[in-house]
Amino acid sequence: MPSPTEDEVAVDPVDFSKAEVNANLTPDEKMGILRQMLRIRRFEQVSLKYYNQGAMGGFLHLYIGQEAVAVGTVSLLGKNDHVITAYRDHGHALSVGMSMNECMAELLGKATGCSRGKGGSMHFFAPDKNYWGGHGIVGGQTPLGLGLAYGLKYHGLKGCALCFMGDGAVNQGAYHESLNLAALWKLPVVYIIENNKYSMGTTLDRSSAMRNCLAERADGYGIVWDIANGEDLYEVRAKTANAMRRAHEQSLPTVLEIDTYRYYGHSVADANAKKYRAADEIERYKTHHDPIRLWKKRLLEEGVTTDAAMDAMDNEIKLEANASAEFALASENPSPESIFEDVYWEVDNNTEAGNTGRHFFGD
Amino acid sequence: MPLITYRKALNDALAEEIMRDENVVLMGEEVARYNGAYKVTEGLWERFGDKRVVDTPISEAGFIGMGIGASMLGIRPVMELMFWSFAYVAWDQIINNAGQVRYMSGGLINCPIVIRGPANGGTNVGATHSHTPENFIANTPGLKVVCPATAYDAKGLMKTAIRDNDPVCVMENTLLYGESWEVPEEEYTIPLGVADIKREGTDVSLIAHGRAVITALKAAEILAAEHGIHAEVLDLRSIRPLDEEAIMKTVCKTHRAVLVDENKPFCGVSAQISSMIMEQCFDELDAPVQRVCALDAPAIYSPALEPIQLPTVQRIISKTLQIL
Repeated sequence: MPSPTEDEVAVDPVDFSKAEVNANLTPDEKMGILRQMLRIRRFEQVSLKYYNQGAMGGFLHLYIGQEAVAVGTVSLLGKNDHVITAYRDHGHALSVGMSMNECMAELLGKATGCSRGKGGSMHFFAPDKNYWGGHGIVGGQTPLGLGLAYGLKYHGLKGCALCFMGDGAVNQGAYHESLNLAALWKLPVVYIIENNKYSMGTTLDRSSAMRNCLAERADGYGIVWDIANGEDLYEVRAKTANAMRRAHEQSLPTVLEIDTYRYYGHSVADANAKKYRAADEIERYKTHHDPIRLWKKRLLEEGVTTDAAMDAMDNEIKLEANASAEFALASENPSPESIFEDVYWEVDNNTEAGNTGRHFFGD
Repeated sequence: MPLITYRKALNDALAEEIMRDENVVLMGEEVARYNGAYKVTEGLWERFGDKRVVDTPISEAGFIGMGIGASMLGIRPVMELMFWSFAYVAWDQIINNAGQVRYMSGGLINCPIVIRGPANGGTNVGATHSHTPENFIANTPGLKVVCPATAYDAKGLMKTAIRDNDPVCVMENTLLYGESWEVPEEEYTIPLGVADIKREGTDVSLIAHGRAVITALKAAEILAAEHGIHAEVLDLRSIRPLDEEAIMKTVCKTHRAVLVDENKPFCGVSAQISSMIMEQCFDELDAPVQRVCALDAPAIYSPALEPIQLPTVQRIISKTLQIL
């Protein structure tokens, strides 16, 4: 496969703003991208505050630092393009257009949450926006993404499935089985490895055998692969657009590894978040590689906007995030009866099948 | 009524549903060109072609998960497991994805998928190929599971399973594939969650599912002929949903129950049935509920011994005589 190595990219940097998919962006669209990245960051900062106050249970896997990946890729989606991801799912959910209210309420386990309080942080869904979750088991979503692509092809629709995963998921068997099927059956799926360099607390070099990068493993399946710098929104869009074009035009899969970084631990409950990596590493990323900071700089250089306008946008988004917390706190808990709802379609829809035989046991 | 095999009944059900609904796709290892490892899908690839009957690699986690994903987009995949024992390499997909995605999405998603294949011991293929996971599936709210015992039930339940909008696991039996029963030519379906009295009786209820029903029927015949005991045989057909009413009705009629189950005894399906009878029909019982399960060890290979590891006619008779 004619895939560049990291060295080649470093030696011959490309200005991805010139890529067709980026050259055509309007100033409004560029500001829209900033807005989406800021929404993720501010939403998660507020969620962290309430998590630390004990307002929510379970885990909270923050996406902060990786925003350009979800926003850049999702900004390319058309009517028949679908998204599915793992448990670090808030960024993708907000990117596809889910509201902060429904997401924050889900974090607090409220009836107004996107999953009616049944999924929590790891399980956000919005099929009406082609967003299929939010999946808790590492790598478990990779065959599902394949199935979305299969469904599109079966229906004769020109679309693709973007299936996101972390660098820790590449060692799961389900992912390799999916790659084999994707290549064998020419399915329009794009596996996007968001390589934040740590699978929980284990560094990349201690978890994955490879030559140059994780995506390169696709060679074994004859799948085209590429790598992208996840702090450069233009590059994320340009390379994702190539992969999507391959899916749309040739019904072929791609593995795209996007280099990125998370500022927080694996989850907020990650007690060793600051032990398995040096503090200056985190600071270096925040200072030099922050995708929002870099995008703002771009917009200023391009004369798209001003600091004042961006600050105003940011303030507005902070208000939106705080309002979502108020909405979530004020929302009702799900009713005890709802425990038995959403288990079986036939029962929920009160069909003859749903009313035949006993579906639930116990008291 | 024509006599057809359990295998042919399933084959007819699959063919009829492929013709009825353009979204029905059969997938699995060797289902197409090879005509099925157990010939359940024989001739279907020739009739319906590559789009509707698809050979998969040996990759259960991959293709079962793929089917689940496709079902979220409205495809109705009917996935063959060459043996249900192979489901264990796809367990995360079946339990966590097919079983939980509706719930975790607050009802936004449903998975109209069927996963089918044989789930039985008794064929000397060793412990890894002889599992009967209906109890595991039934322990997972979100999934449904049926275990047909006859060709008639196999066809009717399969058609209903394919039309159902929830994930349904159909557990067949290689020892029944070649057996024949009367099956009407006209179309019919059998609802999930409706048990069937396979033999009327008054003295004791033998409650079973899958091939254990056939064993129970043989025992009932001998009990009548040699002991003058009239056993009623209730075939559960569907484990989840479960026809609780039929269970209580037969127990209230005969006041004695022997549960016959090819599951292992610990947390097997009959353990649940026994508990329900105790809770709901305690005053109707004239004797403790008895269970006849597979002997509680991994399935043995030895052709000489395996037949006695599964519930036998003799064990059913002996347990029945203990309470009469």
